[in-house]
Formats: sequence, structure tokens, C-alpha cells
Amino acid sequence: MRRLRERAIETVLFLAAASSVLVTIGIVGILVTESMPFFAHVPLKDFLTDTQWTPLFENARYGILPLLSGTLLSTVIALSVAIPLGTVAAAFLSEYVRPSAREILKPVLELLAAVPTVVYGYFALLFVTPLLQKIIPNLGGFNVLSAGIVIGVMIVPYVSSLSEDAMRSVPNHLREASFAVGASRMQTAFRVVIPAAFSGITSAYILGISRALGETMVVAIAAGMQPNLTINPTEPAATITAFIVQVSLGDLPHGSIGYQSIYVAGLSLLVLTLCFNIVGLWLRKKFQEKE
Amino acid sequence: MDSRQELLANIKRRQMWDFAFALMGLLSLLFALVTLLALIVDLGMTGIPRINAEFFVNFPSRFAEKAGILSAWVGSFLIMVTTAVCAIPLGVAAGVYLEEYSKKNWVSQIIELNIINLAGIPSITYGLMALGLFVYKLKLGQSILTAGLTLGLLVLPIIIVTTREAIRAIPNTIREASYAMGASKWQTIRYHILPYSSGGILTGVIISLSRAIGETAPLITIGALTFIAFLPTPPIDGQFPYVNFTWLMDPFTVMPIQMFNWLSRPQPEFHVNAAATGVVLLVMTLIMNGGAIYLRSRFRKKMKW
Repeated sequence: MRRLRERAIETVLFLAAASSVLVTIGIVGILVTESMPFFAHVPLKDFLTDTQWTPLFENARYGILPLLSGTLLSTVIALSVAIPLGTVAAAFLSEYVRPSAREILKPVLELLAAVPTVVYGYFALLFVTPLLQKIIPNLGGFNVLSAGIVIGVMIVPYVSSLSEDAMRSVPNHLREASFAVGASRMQTAFRVVIPAAFSGITSAYILGISRALGETMVVAIAAGMQPNLTINPTEPAATITAFIVQVSLGDLPHGSIGYQSIYVAGLSLLVLTLCFNIVGLWLRKKFQEKE
Repeated sequence: MDSRQELLANIKRRQMWDFAFALMGLLSLLFALVTLLALIVDLGMTGIPRINAEFFVNFPSRFAEKAGILSAWVGSFLIMVTTAVCAIPLGVAAGVYLEEYSKKNWVSQIIELNIINLAGIPSITYGLMALGLFVYKLKLGQSILTAGLTLGLLVLPIIIVTTREAIRAIPNTIREASYAMGASKWQTIRYHILPYSSGGILTGVIISLSRAIGETAPLITIGALTFIAFLPTPPIDGQFPYVNFTWLMDPFTVMPIQMFNWLSRPQPEFHVNAAATGVVLLVMTLIMNGGAIYLRSRFRKKMKW
């Protein structure tokens, strides 16, 4: 009787754990099945090469490139803020700061990741953009630059916390060996600790990239929502996520081309995120072998 | 003599670089923290004067000065309850299984890998999944239930990961002592592991709920309305059985969506309303996160095995 009860409990707990796999299957399955009808309507070649994305206009064009350029542009800006800041902050916290100060600084830094994204959108639109307009006078009210910078600040804790964990788990005898041969703190940080922690730091970067690619509210609020094939960060542009928000705000009949187009956009986003994850996994493997 | 001077110069140079790097580290931290401060101050200066009692009991309106967030905070609250009810049992159970039961085989490896991957999936794709699955396939409608389920699945990995961490911190001696007294595996978990890890689990729950309350994109995707001037059916009524669940099927709006809606209007008066909503949201998230940090440090100190 008791054994039966134990078995039953174990099965229930297993089902709970397995449900997380169902979530993934659900996401991929729904995205694929709901976007299939779209490709019956639009040839894959047009989707990948057309330079305009106007699925809701009368003269609809279905080229994903403008959304892709907007997404990548805001991600690149965000990363060029988050990666240097996050890595330097992590090295500083792990190698220079006393543990007692670190215990305070790290959670405070993590608060940056806790602020709701819609609040960051407000900040980008009504604080950062006017500030940038003082430096770049002809900057429009909606631009990718300020959205990208704000996303960058927002993902600093994702980069720094994980990197710092990785750096701190580097065994102390490596540091001591480095100091013993006369290296300075900075040399130790850059030539011993960071290389030894690189696989962990890579995971931190990958998580940061995923966040930046998928970030929605900041770009929807501050970057404008016009699909725009450009690499100029001072112009407005739409990202994949901003497009999904824009269409979802309207009345969306099930099965219409607008409905299908947000699934196609979502699928593209997922594929993009997946690509970066695979690159990250490969990088991590490569650097782990070197150890 | 020359080489001695060279050595000294070399040491001096390296000390300078060391100092420069420390300064850079400090500046990076400061930059991030000053940005956070600027955000809070800017939002607060615009938003706090707008906050009064009426702001909480008024419905949204096309007159900025009369508009309030009643339907939004009620919506946020009900959705958080729904999210908690569906995510906590599932997440804790999954965490317990992975930490206490799972053997090192391919099934558990897939589950572990999958949980790591879920953390990298953009939140808006959860919204797309929910629109396709809950709204259209299961016909749950664009309701509070759909929203709660969506956010519940979204925060599930956070609860699983923090539960596992909390359980992992419990030393094996506790388990062995329990088995030695003749307890079964489940009894050990039920009466020892779960109570001792409850602090860590609670931290995860708070963090996941604070994430859920600020989440906007997936709810817009499932078709949350941006203008709602009525409340859901009250969950308690005068007749037997005194509680009803029809509110689960009601349409909703939440504070972040209300804020987004006001923010996307051109008039600055509505931006003030947006700032005020932002203040409410920010205060709630900061309180929840502060609480989680406090709990975490308290339990870490108290637990001396």
C-alpha cells in the first residue's frame, strides 16, 4: 500500500516536470502550424528577399528583411552597451570588490532587470530620446538608438550576474599562481580569470542576446512601428516583436493573413534566437576543450 | 641600477593600469545604477503628484484628469492570483522531482536542457502560443483565465530553478536521518525537505510574481483590451455556494497595458497618467524584489547546517 502511494506520488511529480517539455512543444507546434497557411500564400523566396513588409496594406508585400534589420539593429546597439558594461562590472565585482560590498551591489544591480519593460519604454521615449536630441539635433521622436541603449542598460544584469558567477567559480589557486609570478590584479583578471570562466561568460552573453532579440515593449514604444530597411540607428524602425504587438492591438480575425503574419514573425524570431543559442553552445564546447 | 629603475617604472605602470581598471569597473557600475536612479526620479517627479485616491477608484476615461486605473489593478491582481495558482504547484512539483527523484538518464537530461532553453525564449512567443492554443483551440477566450495560464507557463522555469536551488542547499544528513527513522521518500520530502526549503521557494515565487505583474507583451498578444470601464464579476456573491468562477472568463486589462495605452497617445496629460501608473508598478516590483532579496539573505544566514 505504502509502495503504491510512493509510486503514485513519483508519477505525479514526474508529470509536473515533463509538463515543461510540453510548453516547448506547444510553442513550437503552434507557431509552425499557424504559420503554415501563410507559406501556401507567399512563396518562401519573396518572404526572404522582398524589401518591404506591409502585410496589412491593400497591396501587401511580405518581405521579412525590414523587420529583421530593425531587430538586429536594436540588438547590436543593446549589446554594444550591455557587453562591455556587464563584463567590466562583473570583473570588478568578482576581482576587486570586498565580498561584503558585493553582497549589496549585486542585488541592487539585479533590480535593473526587475523593472517592468513598459516602464523602460516610458524612460526611453520621454527621458533618453529628449536627452539624445540635445546631442543629435535632428533625431526624430521615434528612433532605434534610444530604444537600443535602454535595452542595453536593462540587460546589463543578465550579463554581469552570470559572468560574475562564472568568474567567482574559477578556483583561487589559479589566481594565486598568477599573483605569484608577479601579475597584477588586472592581468590576472584578463589573462587568467576571464579565459578560465569563458564558457560561463558565453552563456551570459547568449542569454543577453536572447533578451535583446525578444524585447518588445521598449521598441514598441520608443522605436516607432514602421518597418524600415535601414542600418541608420537615428531612424524609426519596427522589430519583429513590435510588429506582433502592433497587429495584436487591432481586431484580429482568426485565420486572416494578418493573424498568420504574426505567427510567421514569431517563428522567425524563434529561429533567430535558436541560431544564436546554437552558436553559443558551439562556442562553449570549443572553449571548454581548450582547458 | 638601470634594471632596478626599469622594474620600478614597470611596477608603477602596472599599478596605474590596475587603478584605471578599477575606476572603469566602478564607472560601469555607477552608470548602470545612475540610470536606474534617473529612471526612478524622472518617473516619480512626473507621476507621484498625479497619484491620489481617485486614481485608484476611477475607470479609464477619455478625459485625462478623470482617468484612473481601477480596472487595471483589479485585472492585475486577479491575473496574479490565477498565475500563482497554476504555476506554484506545478513548478514546485517539477523542482522536487528533478532534484530528489530523477535519475541521470536521457529523459531527465531533455527536461533539464529544456528548462534552460525556456529561459531564452522571448516572452511574446508565449503570447502567440496562448492565442493559438488557449484562445482559439481550447476556446477559453481572451479572458483572465487565458492570461493567468499564459503568465503561469512563462514564470514556470523561474519557480522550477529556484525550487531546485533551495532543495540542493539541504545537506544529505537530513535525508539520511529521516530514512534512518524509517520514513519513506515522500515522507522525507513532505516533512523535512519542503519545510526547510520553503524560504528559497518563497523567494522564487515572489520573483516570478513580480515578473508576471510587469509583463505586457504576451497579454497584448492574446488580445487584452486597452480600454475596460467595468469590473469582472465579483468572485463572492450572496447566494450559495458564495463563490463563483465566472470572473475567470471575463475580459481584462492590466496596469502595464493601461500604461502602454496612455503612453501611445500624443497628449502629454495622458503621459502623466502613464507615469503615475508606472510609479505604482515600479513600487510594487521594487517591494517584491526587495522582499525576495531580504528573504534570501535571511535564510542563507539562518541556515547553518
